[in-house]
Amino acid sequence: MSKDVFVFMEQRDGELAKVGIELIGKASELAADLGEKVVAVVLGSGIKEKAQVCVEFGADKVVVVDDPMLKEYLTEPYAEAVEAVIKKYDPEIFLYGASSIGRDLAPRVSARIYTGLTADCTGLAIDPETRLLQMTRPAFGGNIMATILCKDRRPQMATVRPGVMQALAKDTAKKGDIEELKVEFTTPLVKIKEVIKEDKKTVDITEAKYLVSGGRGIGSPEFFKELQKLADVLGGEISSSRANVDAGWIDKSRQVGQTGKTVRPDLYMACGISGAIQHVAGMEGSEFIVAINKNDTAPIFDLADLGIVGDVKVIIPKLTEAVAKLKAEKNAQ
Amino acid sequence: MKIVVCVKQVPDTTEVKLDPKTNTLIRDGVPSIINPDDKAGIEAALQLKEKLNDGSTVTIVSMGPPQADVALREALAMGADEAYLLSDRQFGGSDTYATSTIIAAGLKKIGYDLVITGRQAIDGDTAQVGPQIAEHLAIPQVSYAEEIISLDKDKIVVKRQFEDRYHILELPIPCLITSLSELAEPRYMSVGGIYDAYGVKEVKVLGFEDLKEMFDPARIGLKGSPTNVVKSFTKQAKGAGTKYDDVSADEAVKIIVDKLEERHII
Repeated sequence: MSKDVFVFMEQRDGELAKVGIELIGKASELAADLGEKVVAVVLGSGIKEKAQVCVEFGADKVVVVDDPMLKEYLTEPYAEAVEAVIKKYDPEIFLYGASSIGRDLAPRVSARIYTGLTADCTGLAIDPETRLLQMTRPAFGGNIMATILCKDRRPQMATVRPGVMQALAKDTAKKGDIEELKVEFTTPLVKIKEVIKEDKKTVDITEAKYLVSGGRGIGSPEFFKELQKLADVLGGEISSSRANVDAGWIDKSRQVGQTGKTVRPDLYMACGISGAIQHVAGMEGSEFIVAINKNDTAPIFDLADLGIVGDVKVIIPKLTEAVAKLKAEKNAQ
Repeated sequence: MKIVVCVKQVPDTTEVKLDPKTNTLIRDGVPSIINPDDKAGIEAALQLKEKLNDGSTVTIVSMGPPQADVALREALAMGADEAYLLSDRQFGGSDTYATSTIIAAGLKKIGYDLVITGRQAIDGDTAQVGPQIAEHLAIPQVSYAEEIISLDKDKIVVKRQFEDRYHILELPIPCLITSLSELAEPRYMSVGGIYDAYGVKEVKVLGFEDLKEMFDPARIGLKGSPTNVVKSFTKQAKGAGTKYDDVSADEAVKIIVDKLEERHII
């Protein structure tokens, strides 16, 4: 019979990704509701020592597949390893981070073993009556939330956005079982010719909790530096409307909107952004929207929780200073 | 080489509703477009065809209601050679597993060398159907393709994006790649292309009867879908926001800081 809540522990260069640790936190709640255990699945090369970390963050058991084949992420060997874990342990639930690895691996696995997969969940809960996993996710630009069930197939699988779930506090005294699983790999058809690591850490704006976003109203590419200062003191990232990307002021990876990325941060600060529908489609799911714009008829104000009619070029530097000062005071306490 | 691009027609606006009874999407009355990542895939395919210049063809495949014909005509007008619409009442209500099962069946029927899908659709945002198709076809996949570096008749080299790195990957043909919108900037339809799309070229429709040998009928449609939407709800309407249109910069800063503090952002 299917049992236990499994978590795929994503790693790069032997470092566990935060999203996996967060998922162990959520899995602990789900497992408690089911009266079952949390099992972390660690795949990689020379990765065994990381199993203990999973235990300290709340896993009851860790399954490790340690093989040179798993050094860099490749769909085929990773899918084979996860398939082997599922076949051996028959999990009730299997969670993955909704990252560029998780969103490549999980659908491949779901098709292979014929089970359901719900993408990019923001909420997970156990229905006390049916014991089914209720997977809730935004769709259609974040306007509609849908709760999805996978009634008959197992495991019930979901990818979960990084930063949504809460990690547990580390407990170095916690004990857990660590098991190693050997997998017979086929030779992958895809070859890695080169791995290019970015010098600067590429930022995935969809993972940022706070976004300070610049539109045409910021006036010049240089002003992104001011927005960056504010983002830095908040602990967030900068993003942009399409116009500034098209003008070459900022990298495309920072673009929010229909042709860019869809973001749902806790704070979206729209600076000099008018709020064209294509932009709105990419950010209206944000938890709290602050808009600063000179034009008091800008459509962004229809959407903003807090609207300020004013000049971003004057307000932003002052705001950065005020936030920095307040933070310093709080840290001193 | 037969390059096949899978496209989805998606609603252009966020004015989308779900049928409260079936919890499936109501598409009527909503203006529709080709999903942006898919459109980049069409452009990439057309460029590959032009570069190869060896009689290679570009085929477009879409699953959807009869109205999706428009999206396929648009792709034909961009320069695609042929188009197939996989459409049948029995396909309705499919989740990503069932959808990929049907599309994979269509691809088996139509034939393919290189399959390109968009990374994800803007209505569902799942990014699942591409990799699932690849698995059903038992061919290798690369998702998040940002650049096609080279293509010849038995292999393709692709730049694959991760959060912190890129991989340069070599795949044998046949294979499937899912394209980011960065992959190519879509061209406009040409006048001659539009003429051909509505005159000379046709959109072939394949239904359940055409594909039933290619899939397990128990694994398609609403009933064959492992997942079901059981509840949908609009995100709680936000209270009307507060707008200040006559405050000094210093006052504005104080208002914002207070609000950020109240929300525990600072």
